[in-house]
Amino acid sequence: MIEIRNLTKTFATNDGSVEALKGINLSIPDGVVYGVIGMSGAGKSTLVRCMNLLEVPTEGQVLYQGTDLAQLSAKELREKRREISMIFQGFHLLMQRTVLSNVCFPLELIGTKKDEAEKRAMELLKMVGLEDKANVYPAQLSGGQQQRVAIARALATEPKVLLCDEATSALDPATTNSILELIRSLQQQLNLTVVVITHQMSVIEKICQYVVILENGAVAEEGPVEEVFSRPKSRAAKKLVYPDESADGGIIVGPGEHFLRVIYNGSESARKPLIAQLARDTGILANIAYASTKSVNERAFGTMILSIKGSQEDADKAMEWMKTVEGIIVEEVNEDVN
Amino acid sequence: MLINPGFAANIRFEEWSEAMKVFRTEFPTAIGQTIYVTVLATVLAFAIGLPLGILLVIGEEDGIRPLPKWFMHLLNIVINLLRSLPFLILMILVFPITRAIVGTIVGTTASIVPLVIAAFPFVARLAESSLREINPNLIEMAQSMGASPWQIVTKVMIPESIPSLISNATIAITTILGYQAMSGILGGGGLGKIAINYGYYRYRTIVMILAVILLIILVQIFQTIGTKLAVKSDKRLRK
Repeated sequence: MIEIRNLTKTFATNDGSVEALKGINLSIPDGVVYGVIGMSGAGKSTLVRCMNLLEVPTEGQVLYQGTDLAQLSAKELREKRREISMIFQGFHLLMQRTVLSNVCFPLELIGTKKDEAEKRAMELLKMVGLEDKANVYPAQLSGGQQQRVAIARALATEPKVLLCDEATSALDPATTNSILELIRSLQQQLNLTVVVITHQMSVIEKICQYVVILENGAVAEEGPVEEVFSRPKSRAAKKLVYPDESADGGIIVGPGEHFLRVIYNGSESARKPLIAQLARDTGILANIAYASTKSVNERAFGTMILSIKGSQEDADKAMEWMKTVEGIIVEEVNEDVN
Repeated sequence: MLINPGFAANIRFEEWSEAMKVFRTEFPTAIGQTIYVTVLATVLAFAIGLPLGILLVIGEEDGIRPLPKWFMHLLNIVINLLRSLPFLILMILVFPITRAIVGTIVGTTASIVPLVIAAFPFVARLAESSLREINPNLIEMAQSMGASPWQIVTKVMIPESIPSLISNATIAITTILGYQAMSGILGGGGLGKIAINYGYYRYRTIVMILAVILLIILVQIFQTIGTKLAVKSDKRLRK
């Protein structure tokens, strides 16, 4: 369990101080994949770097299994850090060492015997599918392979927590998927707690169970991924979940006009003729004001905004009808989505 | 104007044969002395300069092992001071130290002391610049894995900057070779001494030119070996 209490981090710059994190409270249960998402500058990297004290909090606490990391001596902190591994956007492999020797690195730090360390490193390389690359140098590997090496290295000391700081942001979509799958399968195999920092919704959708949305250094919204993504409440969350709606200047609700947001959350229903059925069953005519759906892993995701001209009752009736359709979520938009 | 061609040829011939004699009798020893002093002085300069270079990097305020500010100031001042002294002046200034260590201030071995004292601050700066080239993210990675400052120095900073350190060692050894030649004027041995004794004091231009040519060849050899080693050691260049 990682508990973050009232975490504040202020950086001193030439033009005064910048508050990167403003009183964050979070608790990350053991054995889950926890996502942290936000725009650039939202403070997500600072937050994850506070979790292993690469950044020292200005105020507040980071408790790992009940221990306040900031209270540890330098030596105790170094020992704790072996339980909280980290992988990075830039992989950060030692370029003058072979792949095998890179994976041995954290074991060398704790004084593991060389042959023992190499045996363990080979096992890890097998787990990430790179046992045939043991004796090559990182410069000879692709980005995805380098990140696999970094993952193997991060797991060498059998950590309980894996922090992923934009670990897939430098990779192409296909490689991103394979790395995410690897992280998820290792997480299940080793019962790890994984904290994923990303600016990509798709990453959260793919592997996270919980998500926290950061905006300007504060928690905008937090909860199980399904819940947050299907019914985003905060402005920041809506901006992430419906990026195009706000980009288009938002929906302005006029008099006698009602807007319904239909959310496809990975169901089969996206293939059904929803609007035609609505008209046939209820006689209510809906117009598509906005739509953006996509297929991820053969499941439909996205939103559609329907405009209905008529009374509130008509809108309610349409809502009622759509609630009976399986696999979609519907809600009335009565505010500016911006 | 009348010039006796035979006479001119005679002089040139005598000068040549004398130069050849010097070349055969004195040059082998001189080359040996030059290499011996240069290499030994470089090794010793690194033995002192490399640790200081490391301190310059890790001891900074935001380094991995911050050291007291007064210490860092003192270190910088001493290095800059030694770096700004002209080599021949420094050689004279350290005569007492040389005498204390070697027992004499003249001779090949004695010249090693001022050479090391002149070169180690230079080497410290070279090592500092090599170590600063390291991607700071690598250091952060090591910290995130619980590496101690000592482990970061020995397992990350030095191994990762080996190619750059070799390049800079090549610069150091060629510079020290130049100082070594200069030391010939104040009792140092080697090719520099021959060039000065024969060429400057006795107007034996040919001998001087030969000595200079040999110095050029030595620099070329050191530089070529250094560059090759640096490239060969760099695993980033392997494809």
